[in-house]
Amino acid sequence: MMRFLLLFSRQGKLRLQKWFTPISEREKKKIIRDMTSMVLARQPRSCNFLHWKDLKIIYKRYASLYFCLAIENQENELLALEVIHRYVELLDKYFGNVCELDIIFNFEKAYFILDEFLMGGEIQETSKQMVNRSIEASDMLQETMEEYMSKPAF
Amino acid sequence: MHHTAMSPSVPLQEMIRAIRSARTQCEERGVIQRECAAIRAQFRQSDNGGRSHNLAKLLYVHMLGYPAHFGQMECVRMIASPRYSEKRVGYLGAMMLLDEKQDASLLITNSIKNDLSHSNQYVQSLALCTLACMGSAEMCRDLAPEIDRLLRASNSYIKKKAALCAVHIVRKVHDLGELFTPAARSLLAEKNHGVLHGAVVLITELCERNQETLERFRKTVPDLVQIMKGLVISGYSPEHDVAGISDPFLQVRILRLLRILGRNNEGASDAMNDLLAQVATNTDSTKTVGNAVLYETVLTVLHIKSESGLRVLAVNILGRFLLNNDRNIRYIAMISLQKIVGTDHNAVQRHRGTIVDCLKDQDASVKRRALDLSLALVSASNVRSMMKELLLFLSSCPPELRAQAASGIFNAAERYAPSQRWHIDTILHVLTTAGGDVRDETVPNLIQLITNASELHCYTVHKLYRALLTDISQQSLVQVACWCIGEYGDLLLRGECQETEPVQVTEDDVLDALETVLQSHMSSPATRGFALTATMKLRTPLSLTANTDRIQSIVSIYGSCIDVELQQRAVEYNALFRKYDHMRAAVLERMPVIEKNSPGHTNGESTGEPIKDIQTLKVKQGEPLLPQQPANQVLTLTQMHVV
Repeated sequence: MMRFLLLFSRQGKLRLQKWFTPISEREKKKIIRDMTSMVLARQPRSCNFLHWKDLKIIYKRYASLYFCLAIENQENELLALEVIHRYVELLDKYFGNVCELDIIFNFEKAYFILDEFLMGGEIQETSKQMVNRSIEASDMLQETMEEYMSKPAF
Repeated sequence: MHHTAMSPSVPLQEMIRAIRSARTQCEERGVIQRECAAIRAQFRQSDNGGRSHNLAKLLYVHMLGYPAHFGQMECVRMIASPRYSEKRVGYLGAMMLLDEKQDASLLITNSIKNDLSHSNQYVQSLALCTLACMGSAEMCRDLAPEIDRLLRASNSYIKKKAALCAVHIVRKVHDLGELFTPAARSLLAEKNHGVLHGAVVLITELCERNQETLERFRKTVPDLVQIMKGLVISGYSPEHDVAGISDPFLQVRILRLLRILGRNNEGASDAMNDLLAQVATNTDSTKTVGNAVLYETVLTVLHIKSESGLRVLAVNILGRFLLNNDRNIRYIAMISLQKIVGTDHNAVQRHRGTIVDCLKDQDASVKRRALDLSLALVSASNVRSMMKELLLFLSSCPPELRAQAASGIFNAAERYAPSQRWHIDTILHVLTTAGGDVRDETVPNLIQLITNASELHCYTVHKLYRALLTDISQQSLVQVACWCIGEYGDLLLRGECQETEPVQVTEDDVLDALETVLQSHMSSPATRGFALTATMKLRTPLSLTANTDRIQSIVSIYGSCIDVELQQRAVEYNALFRKYDHMRAAVLERMPVIEKNSPGHTNGESTGEPIKDIQTLKVKQGEPLLPQQPANQVLTLTQMHVV
């Protein structure tokens, strides 16, 4: 399974954090420090895989953002790169030429999209269109179906 | 297409702008304190229209690293709200601020339970997602039957999420695997890829945890093979296509499940053999995504009971990976080959050339792996050519790899040396190139090796003498050189030598070399010790009185040396010159061949035999046995020979 996904800028500022196992706040902060220092220290043309404790760290830079995904040892590193890429594509489709500012000012949307793509440390939906449709439908619901929500739920 | 359906939260964005425009950390803290105070006040108020905006603001502040626990109860309240917008942010907040360790997390169990049966699938989705993210064991036990119900009877959208929820539940409460097994089995018949993927993940989890379950699911191998075939052969499917591969994510998960089911089982392995061959041959390897599938295929082939032909095919794929422009793929290949170099040694040997080429790779990680793998591939038949490459590597390798390379070369040389001369040459080469990075045992090990190669003493001492003249900075090399010069000084001075060109070495030359070592600031105290002893040992072969005086004067200088060890030696050697000159020849005679006993034979132990030999010798020659005190002194001096 995937253990965590972090997005941070070249200055090490955190833009998104998704944890797939329960971890204390203190431990999270330490991991974030370790990841940012490790990844930002990498030479430009190194390979995208690192070892950290008992995990494999897959990272990739897209414009000013670093995507950092930690996976367990039995997971496929090359596929993990595809997972990162797929998430970027989903963000790009939603925001239209996504950039770091989109993710800063609309961070909750970035989470909503992620939560339609991954779940419990595994891939939830393998079709781009399905994820996009689900997000659109949820957004519509939020906008127009407020009255529907106040009806009792059975 | 710019997404416009969802209007941004203005209050949230205003706050973000305010925080970002702060010019100092202090200013930022001020803004955040004010905002948090406002948010707290809003939380205390009764229902207003902006609750979701407030919580969103708090979540942003939390992401910057500021404390946000006062928002936990607000999450609980929001989740219980009938408004979707509030539920959405509430559940997000729960996932970010609550985990199973917090008491507040239990309070949302009831909301989750209700929302799991909500008439709107997007509300159900929120509950499922949150349960899979932070559901405690207790919550999992409570809600498992509901998840099982959803696995069987709901639409695809919910089923796929329920499957991953079940995975989470099984991870938290292992026994509940039994509950989900029947539903998991029937999910394999689904057409929807999301559901299928979830089903495969669930089945994998169940099989990994329970051997009996694994055996039951072996019957699904033909079904899995069919599904894979469908993906590999099918025509272009736009919904799942990634660079020409149809749903690579699903393909990889199926391959992994097949690996688990085929392990140690001939029947299952046979049933998947053709499919694996097909995937290995037909998958397009020009893009990463195709290589991801190939990689998983290779792992599966190598871990099940596959035919030898298929194994060779798999190793060849790894060999091709080594030639790929993409360094990620080269790195993956190295790691995989390293894992199988023991079990599939011959197959890996076929790619030795490519692996050795990777020693020159630009990427440090690839280089490191290439080194490990190259060392593992050295054998009696290829040792000469491999050693050439490894020594070449050593001369230009990154500093962090030198110690590992040097010790790897020593081990390989020891195991496969085609001749003693080759072995000695190789070790000398390493000492010249990377003498500073070798381990401490190298010096006594090398000395032991040299003493054993008696026909090569002349060759060795000449080579070492020449090395000493070129460079006295590599301590290990200098120490061994000094030892040899002291031990085989007579051979050095004799001039002619079978294995190298003859060169005239005078006594003065030799003493000059040793004095240079003694006086150099680069020489460590241990090295000086070696040089001093060597100088002393030369007293025997040296004939001219002038040089005997020179030796004595060198030795006496160190009698007042600040280093205690050197001082002690010098004083004892001086004693040998004055009072015990009759003993000197015997004490300083040629060392017998050192037996290689247990690893790490230390200074004192291996001198047990030689001392006895010397004493026996004296008795045989009819000389009187020495009084007690000098016998102790002899012990000390002889100990010092074998440092």
